[in-house]
Amino acid sequence: MWRDSLLMAGKDLRIEARSRVALSQVAPFGVIALVLFAFALGPDQGPMAAGAPGLFWVAVLFSTVLAIQRSVSVESGDSARDGLRLSGLDPAGVFLGKTVAVAAQLVVLEVILGVGVVLLYGAHIVDYWLIVGSCLLGTVGLAASGTLYGVLSAGIRVRETLLPFLLLPVVAPVLLAGTRTWQAGLTGGTPADGLPWLRLLAVFDAVYVALGVVVYGPIQESA
Amino acid sequence: MSVQQQSPRAVWATRVIGLSALVGTVFTVWLGLWITPPDRTQGDLVRLVYIHPGVAWVALYVAFGLTFVASMLYLWPRTRSFFWDRLAASSVEVGVVFMVCTVVSGSIWGKPTWGVWWAWDARLTSTALLLVLSLGYLAIRRVPAEPAVRAKRCAFAALFVAVDVPIVHFSVVWWKTLHQGATVLNANLSPTIHGSMAWTLLLGFVSLTLVYVWMLLVRYRIAVLEDQLGSGELDVALAERRAEGTTPGPAPRPLAGADQTVEEVTA
Repeated sequence: MWRDSLLMAGKDLRIEARSRVALSQVAPFGVIALVLFAFALGPDQGPMAAGAPGLFWVAVLFSTVLAIQRSVSVESGDSARDGLRLSGLDPAGVFLGKTVAVAAQLVVLEVILGVGVVLLYGAHIVDYWLIVGSCLLGTVGLAASGTLYGVLSAGIRVRETLLPFLLLPVVAPVLLAGTRTWQAGLTGGTPADGLPWLRLLAVFDAVYVALGVVVYGPIQESA
Repeated sequence: MSVQQQSPRAVWATRVIGLSALVGTVFTVWLGLWITPPDRTQGDLVRLVYIHPGVAWVALYVAFGLTFVASMLYLWPRTRSFFWDRLAASSVEVGVVFMVCTVVSGSIWGKPTWGVWWAWDARLTSTALLLVLSLGYLAIRRVPAEPAVRAKRCAFAALFVAVDVPIVHFSVVWWKTLHQGATVLNANLSPTIHGSMAWTLLLGFVSLTLVYVWMLLVRYRIAVLEDQLGSGELDVALAERRAEGTTPGPAPRPLAGADQTVEEVTA
């Protein structure tokens, strides 16, 4: 399973490295979202800094939808999905590999958006461990749940509109927990307030990774 | 195309449940609006309590619980049957109606109590999220697919929602809560209301559960008919195509007006 997951993650990341869709389209989309939020809030940096945690995570969530769409569409052409099914790779390994590949892209995106939040919104990070911890745990949860919903919607013609509708309410806990942890990690927050939310993120990750390992195969077969 | 008729016993049972639900609901409304006294602090606003917890109970526990159990029974190979698939889908659809009623009645209660239509209360918010998740299930349901593929897809969707519900609930509760504590199902299981109010509340729970069961039975019957119609249409189309292949087709009809001259047509 682990070897298959590394193979799968390597394959997806190689495709992204060559096509550069994530870097040239998904990341700029996230930055544009940050700029648009600033336009909506006005030029005063006070509301921007106060809303920075939530705006960061909303931008990450929207970008996640694009990253998952991309991860699914990589397998949709030239009967690649059938090829994957017939390849003999462990479905759990395929799930973990795709999750790792999406998570790696999201981490790069979050670094870009994090810098954007600090520069554009004037947010000041106090506790780096909380910020990094929430990003890593939130990313795993987003990637795992997104990969699951991605395979569930694979083969559906209206996937582009269906996937955000299905995924965004499901990842609402990540938005809540990530935002609260960031609030605790930025100026004015109390670092201890972030710890329960980190635990919630860890539970979300554990649930969706375990669920994906168990059910990815049957879903892949029926897609 | 023949439509499988419902057994007389099933028709009779559906009618009895429907009639009981109607009588129970009428009695609940009568007791709730005219017989029970107003509350000392909430006044007449308390009358919403005879409906709101009942619809919430059906929406959040009965309907969604049945959907989850039926979906799991469909996914389990030994019990796999379209009966469970139809039951799960019917329960979600009826549950969505009750969820909308829960959110709307909660919001109506919230306006005079909290001063706003939507106070981002934890329970209302998590119910609204469950409503959106259920609408997602119904959206997957409407995607055209082979019945077996659709059933499996929907069963997995129900499983994902069920797994997400506790996390959503706890995250929203931690986020914010304003809601009144549980009145009937509290930690000590001792109701904090008494007399005619308690009996009316109990009658509301029973009546609304009966309304749900009746709607579920009717919706299930419609699902069976829809499936029969779908497979029947396919049978008819196949028979027509086979007939085209075995029997000589009708002579091509001349185009209308082909035997007429230009002068006759334009006259």
